[in-house]
Amino acid sequence: MSEFYFIRNILLLPLLEGTLITIKLIALSIPLGLILGILLAVGRVYGNKLISSLCAAYVIFFRGTPLLVQLFILYYGLPSIGIFFSPLTAAIIGFILCSGAYHSEYIRGAIQSIKGGQMMAAEALGMSRVQAILYIILPQALRRAIPGCSNEIIYLVKYSSLAFMVTLIELTGAGKIIASRYFKYTEVFLVVGIIYLLMVSVITKFLNMLEKKLEIPGLE
Amino acid sequence: MQRDKDIVLEVEDIHKKYREEKILKGVSFKVKKGETKVIIGPSGTGKSTLLRCINQLTIPDRGRVWLEGEEVTHTKKSINQFRQKIGMVFQDFNLFDHLTALGNVEIGLIKVKGMDKNKARQKAMEELRQVGLENQAYLYPAQLSGGQKQRVSIARALAMDPKVILFDEPTSALDPELIGEVLEAIKNLAIQGMTMVLVTHEMGFARSVANEIIFIENGKILESGSPYKLFNNPKYERTRRFLKKITELYGESSEKR
Repeated sequence: MSEFYFIRNILLLPLLEGTLITIKLIALSIPLGLILGILLAVGRVYGNKLISSLCAAYVIFFRGTPLLVQLFILYYGLPSIGIFFSPLTAAIIGFILCSGAYHSEYIRGAIQSIKGGQMMAAEALGMSRVQAILYIILPQALRRAIPGCSNEIIYLVKYSSLAFMVTLIELTGAGKIIASRYFKYTEVFLVVGIIYLLMVSVITKFLNMLEKKLEIPGLE
Repeated sequence: MQRDKDIVLEVEDIHKKYREEKILKGVSFKVKKGETKVIIGPSGTGKSTLLRCINQLTIPDRGRVWLEGEEVTHTKKSINQFRQKIGMVFQDFNLFDHLTALGNVEIGLIKVKGMDKNKARQKAMEELRQVGLENQAYLYPAQLSGGQKQRVSIARALAMDPKVILFDEPTSALDPELIGEVLEAIKNLAIQGMTMVLVTHEMGFARSVANEIIFIENGKILESGSPYKLFNNPKYERTRRFLKKITELYGESSEKR
């Protein structure tokens, strides 16, 4: 059996199926994780003492414990209190919760780097706090957070492979199954690696274009 | 209480302290419609704090503020209702960096006043024309000079059709050669009858546009009166010395122009 035959006729289809699952995972976790990150960051900077410390505690927990442990709790732990998730749901929830924590740190830093005068000027115009955050602070802060958040998004693409640990056959999982069946680890994981690289490249390209497009003329 | 209808803004007995330091120790004044009040005084005497207490960006510890007879302090209404009617121009402009000049001027109209986008755009354009910046409408703050930025921020305040505009050292962050264009814009407003309260060190300017100058020192009004009176016949030696010093420092250039 030639390598080419193996890759084309045996490996490719399952890997593509796995890739589709991976895409499903990240397509939901990226935007929802980002939204969670924004909420956490805003809560942390502008919330009252209670909200702010709740957000901080959240971030400490989700950044301080391994994602794998979080996934195990979601998938194997919660059923003991009557909450059942499918592997896909458990993985997506886990990724959203975890990436939200990381995003929030990038966004919080960006919010805090906006000069206080911006909020003051917005309030002097008669904007409410919420309006000022939505129309003045976040548009600027999110632009500044793009590089950091891009980093987190790219990580997410790669750590989505942990979904395999809660029995979801995504890209890495699909590869692992075939690799052990045919004992062709090098070939399989080389192809798996290339597929991840392709996904990351597309996303990186897109994020760079977004950053460019949102650039404020004259700044820096 | 019977109130004079001509009075746009009334500030009564404002106190403010930060930690143990008393910044304002009971400041009161009234501003009539169309009047230009200039507040002067050594730095650190609470002039900026006083302006911020007027629109409650800083909450005073004591004292009351009325806008057109309605109390701003201790109000059941949202403070944003009042802030819309009180324009503010900052020393360091505080333009919204992510918006064009036009965007800066129209955002308050759209988001705060709920004005239709096309109408807001038209009005914003008019305000920019008023400060001579219609050709810079689509430039971003980072692409504007300091003087242009400050004129945009004046247009931003004007667009809301405020009852009074507060200027917090509007020319202090500007290069000397850019000060003139901003003072010119403010002077035009004075001529058109806008009610204004200005904190400034530009004595020549103060002399030519102020209806009254208020001299604040150590958190209190030491003396106030017409520019003529303060410059020529002040009650206190301290006022005379301060005016002399500040005039030497900043010159009277704007008066001669």
